[in-house]
Amino acid sequence: MKKPEFDKSILIQEALRELPSPARRLFMKRGVTLGGLSLLSGCTVTDEASAERMLMKISRLNDDFQAWLFDPNKLAPTYPESMITRPFPFNAYYERGKIPEIDSDDYLLEVSGLVADKHSWSLDELYRLPQTSQVTRHICVEGWSAIGKWGGVTFATFLKRIGADLSAKYVGFKCADDYYTSIDMPTALHAQTLLTFSYDGKILPPEYGYPMKLRMPTKLGFKNPKHIVAMFVTNTYPGGYWEDKGYNWFSGV
Amino acid sequence: MNYGSINNNGFKTVNQNLKIIHPLWLRLGHWINLVALVIMVLSGWRIYNASPILAFRFPDMATLGGWLGGALLWHFAAMWLVLCNGLMYLLLNIATGRFRKKLFPLRLRDLLRDFAAALKGRLAHDTLAEYNAVQKLAYLFVIADIILLVLSGLVVWKPVQFPLLRELMGDYDNARMIHFLAMAALLAFVAIHVAMVALVPRTLIMMIRGR
Repeated sequence: MKKPEFDKSILIQEALRELPSPARRLFMKRGVTLGGLSLLSGCTVTDEASAERMLMKISRLNDDFQAWLFDPNKLAPTYPESMITRPFPFNAYYERGKIPEIDSDDYLLEVSGLVADKHSWSLDELYRLPQTSQVTRHICVEGWSAIGKWGGVTFATFLKRIGADLSAKYVGFKCADDYYTSIDMPTALHAQTLLTFSYDGKILPPEYGYPMKLRMPTKLGFKNPKHIVAMFVTNTYPGGYWEDKGYNWFSGV
Repeated sequence: MNYGSINNNGFKTVNQNLKIIHPLWLRLGHWINLVALVIMVLSGWRIYNASPILAFRFPDMATLGGWLGGALLWHFAAMWLVLCNGLMYLLLNIATGRFRKKLFPLRLRDLLRDFAAALKGRLAHDTLAEYNAVQKLAYLFVIADIILLVLSGLVVWKPVQFPLLRELMGDYDNARMIHFLAMAALLAFVAIHVAMVALVPRTLIMMIRGR
């Protein structure tokens, strides 16, 4: 392959001109292709926006492919308690110091959207739902993994309890730390998808998402929202904190 | 360009003077594979950097994607290119009997002889249309290695959806290591492959013009 000649300093100048444009999303500012693509193809940075559009389009197609591949009856492997990773890593888009402090007395879980029963749930009410636990592998989008034990109510049970429209496309979540994400209904109804209130037999500690985390061993870690304060059932694509920056939305494992 | 016309004037057609050794479909596949694998390796390095499994990182400047999210977008886009191009390559090689003709039989005796000759720098390559035993082994190795890359990659991507493959690879973390080592093996092949092309530059012309 012939390598086209180009001046790197011009490239960098062009890149700097491109970046501050307010119309560009944060994900674009981070530069999906900056450097790499230009060096690879000799394209100028003005082609970056179209490359990003193409990559995002393929990512949407990958969502569809993964939804098709997802087998609701296939279970993630479970492990003996002896294999639990200790200490289980803390991970969030912020440092430990920013972990939200939530008062259990004031806490209410808001439920909205395509559901019959829109009343807000107190923790006592949630704790009275039938509880189960499982030891599964948490896989981070970064590649590392860790085994943990989460306990709570099967999410399908909760969705049925609130009279959710189970034919709706998405369940969205809003969290006390301003995190937000959304999942597909088939994953929401998966037997191992739990609305969890405990970790390793103890009340879910703040660093793992007090008072509750939606735990899905069939999705990457960032799809598992912590500190949930509101959830809604919808047919309108709700996106997510990392998803809006360019992580693949479905992110099933 | 389309594959239909390739069959008409590429593979079977024998010029009076110059016989086509690499049919057009093969040459196309080779260069598409190069582009796809460069994207996979460079974006893969960036993904590796997000959580290195060994005691080093790849220089960010040498990676593709700008950040983890961008690298993942590239990786999960180019994988389709690797997969489709790879399947096409295997299918056409089997259908045309090219594998059988070019890569087999591979005998241990020939391998030892050619390997010894290669070490002495006296490996014969007067006819580029036929591969020596070391070449056959190298090409079979890289085909198997890319298949391993795809299969281990499937486990890293979808450990829950591919339980049999996951067990074969020894669970998720092990599959990551296999994926990494298969990448390293691919690079080792490329280093030798390119060095050999530098020694016999006519092979590069052949992979472009077919003869």
